[in-house]
Amino acid sequence: MARVFLASTLRRLTGGVEEVEIEAPTVRSLIAELDRRFPGLGEHLRSGLAVAIDGEILADALYEPVPEGAEVHFLPPMGGG
Amino acid sequence: MTTTATPTTTTDTNPGYKWVGTRPVRHDGLDKVTGRARFGADLALPGMLTGAVLRSPHAHARIRSIDTSAARAMEGVKAVVTGADFPMLESEAAEGGEGPVDFRDLCRNIMARDKVLYEGHALAAVAATSRRVALAALAAIKVDYEVLPHVIDVEEAMAPGAPILHEDMITTGVEPVPETPSNIATRFLYEGGDVAQGFAEADVIVEREFTTRPVHQGYIEPHAVVADTAEDGRAVVWCSSQGHFMVRTLTAKLLGWEPSRIKVIPAEIGGGFGGKTTVYVEPVATLLSQKAGRPVKIVMTRDEVFRATGPTSGSKMRIKLGARRDGTLVAAEAWMAYQAGAFKGSPVQWGLMCALAPYDIRNFYLEGFDVVNNMPKVAAYRAPGAPMAAFASETVLDEVARELDMDPLEFRLRNAVEEGIKSVYGPRFRRIGYRDTVEAVRDHPHYSESLGPNQGRGVASGFWFNFGSVSSATVHINEDGGASVMTGSPDIGGSRASMALMAAEELGIDVHRITPIVADTESIGFTDMTGGSRVTHATGMAVIEACRNVVADLRARAAKIWEVDVDEVEWVEGRAQHEGGNHPPLTTEDLAESAAGTGGPITASASLNARGAGVAFSTQMCDVEVDPDTGAVKILRYTTAQDAGRAIHPSYVEGQMQGGVVQGIGWALNEEYIFDSEGVMENPGFLDYRMPVASDLPMIDTVIVEVPNPGHPYGVRGVGEVGIVPPMAAVANAIHDATGLRLEELPMSPVKVLAAIGANGG
Repeated sequence: MARVFLASTLRRLTGGVEEVEIEAPTVRSLIAELDRRFPGLGEHLRSGLAVAIDGEILADALYEPVPEGAEVHFLPPMGGG
Repeated sequence: MTTTATPTTTTDTNPGYKWVGTRPVRHDGLDKVTGRARFGADLALPGMLTGAVLRSPHAHARIRSIDTSAARAMEGVKAVVTGADFPMLESEAAEGGEGPVDFRDLCRNIMARDKVLYEGHALAAVAATSRRVALAALAAIKVDYEVLPHVIDVEEAMAPGAPILHEDMITTGVEPVPETPSNIATRFLYEGGDVAQGFAEADVIVEREFTTRPVHQGYIEPHAVVADTAEDGRAVVWCSSQGHFMVRTLTAKLLGWEPSRIKVIPAEIGGGFGGKTTVYVEPVATLLSQKAGRPVKIVMTRDEVFRATGPTSGSKMRIKLGARRDGTLVAAEAWMAYQAGAFKGSPVQWGLMCALAPYDIRNFYLEGFDVVNNMPKVAAYRAPGAPMAAFASETVLDEVARELDMDPLEFRLRNAVEEGIKSVYGPRFRRIGYRDTVEAVRDHPHYSESLGPNQGRGVASGFWFNFGSVSSATVHINEDGGASVMTGSPDIGGSRASMALMAAEELGIDVHRITPIVADTESIGFTDMTGGSRVTHATGMAVIEACRNVVADLRARAAKIWEVDVDEVEWVEGRAQHEGGNHPPLTTEDLAESAAGTGGPITASASLNARGAGVAFSTQMCDVEVDPDTGAVKILRYTTAQDAGRAIHPSYVEGQMQGGVVQGIGWALNEEYIFDSEGVMENPGFLDYRMPVASDLPMIDTVIVEVPNPGHPYGVRGVGEVGIVPPMAAVANAIHDATGLRLEELPMSPVKVLAAIGANGG
């Protein structure tokens, strides 16, 4: 099970839920499960957001494995100057 | 006072590298100091035309009509384009310098359609046989404007009744969804814990309001491009940018072309700092070239750079912090509104995430607003969004420390984040060096140096994420045993040298026998931009992987020559050695010489999406002297400590640290966009937009802290951006130390300082 933390800006789509536990082998399947539980959230998460898995921030991470017990956060797309 | 001490502190044992951590002269250095290097404006082609862009004189106006007939009829005019010649694109996000680019907005930014949204907004362009003819043609274009009310100030833009830039802009991030348009594109929110309870536990609470102005990246080289579109519809584009693949992608999209029709050749780049992470004149020159059937060159003037390319946001911010008597931060509130310019996309979200990232605060409520206004669309600028946020948060932190009668560095150490602590933006930190940067400043001789009358000392910290993303590299072993290292990353801050050093370490070849090359879009795999402090980390990982592939091949060649199993061959300091010692070693030169007979040329590539980017922290200390009669602030001494993870080429790490500080000092003391009552920029040149020069400042002392990033083979963290985050607060805190005055508005120019002194009875 991964612990998925949902930031304030996502909670309008989760009915205020801040944290869920999900069993998923990859980020893609994790997002699919989130979308099943909170319809519409998947589209938002797939639209370029970065993912942090156990503190490591990843872009283009749909196929990234999600380790057992991982902490997962969705972040705005990363960039810089 | 000038000092050149440049110590390095490291938290792990000496890894014993031969090349990494040394300071060879950069491979492109001679060309750059002799003028041989070719920048964007240096290319000339036979038959080349001069392009020029017509720009709006109004901050906000509806375009009733554009009549280009007189310009088209002029002798020497070979092509004219307006917005009608470019495809109308719909909203579609793609990666850009400052997060996603909305193509609907980008296509309207490079060439206005129904409205101009800022003074300087492009709305037509010509290609002619000379600049004189081109400018005459621009003057002959008749534009019928309906001038509209405009708005620049961020709070005025948010207010009910403000002139609306986009009639279809409905604020996102608020409930219920508004029914009417506004200039507020998005509301962002980060919250955690119980803020009310946190403040209830606080013994000291400080709240202040801050204002910052738009500032420009101030790169010395203006945007410049040469485009040559052939009869078959294929184009070659030469330009300086922070990413030639980005130029290809965006230009193709804006013209409705397949990217493979365009080859972009990177010129040397004379500074970018985030401002060259998007396109302005590149698609325009390419389309003009297609229409004219000849090469077209466009070089922006400095005036155009200021009026039409991205500054970073001005802002309004309120910060409230609470701490217990023991120095524990217990609550934080922030409200931030950033100017986005003509189209949505300010870096306010990153400002919210970075402002308090160095601190372990459990109760927080951070709210931000992305607000459009009638000025050029903002572009990325070193650690976008973080510097102004840190100006506010680090100033209030300083005041809280004083209220608690605590040393400001000890106060920061009391609350410093460490590995395993959750950040205010969510994830737990991995291995980080924030505490080390604070201790480096605290332990520096500078911190205990005495001060004179009207002098003060200030400290501040800063945070930036850094990121990885996609990069490619190819490594060739040359016939003489040297190596060529090709990447797709434009070299802004010395990355050729760092790529060569990592290759030298991997291959065991003298760094001076390695030739680093920045390859064009048809000669190397896709590579993301030079931005986000990513190149030494991400492109470096691609170089390392390609080198390791080459070494595997070299070992296989030696095994073939020796007729042994490859597992019996080791690669040691640039030589193949047989583990049994049955064969004399083979050098890279030996293996290169026999390459044809052992399988052909020795080359290997690697492309990857780099993981493991390590976040960056900087802590800085500034001494100032304030002239009570003029309000002028002189920087006496400045020391910056930054966690580089591993300094591949320490000189260029120090250069990045110093450059960030200098730009931050300019932002603190001098720089601002000044608009007149019509929304026209009044200071679009370096005489009136005053950036610091070498004679204004002392040598910036640097302390490279090395807490290796576990996500990189050598421990690299990005170093290009975080250095600009703390300076404004460090300077403001030093001014307070000198005068007792808290300045809440940037720039802290003499007139403002003098007014504050006067208001204080001075």
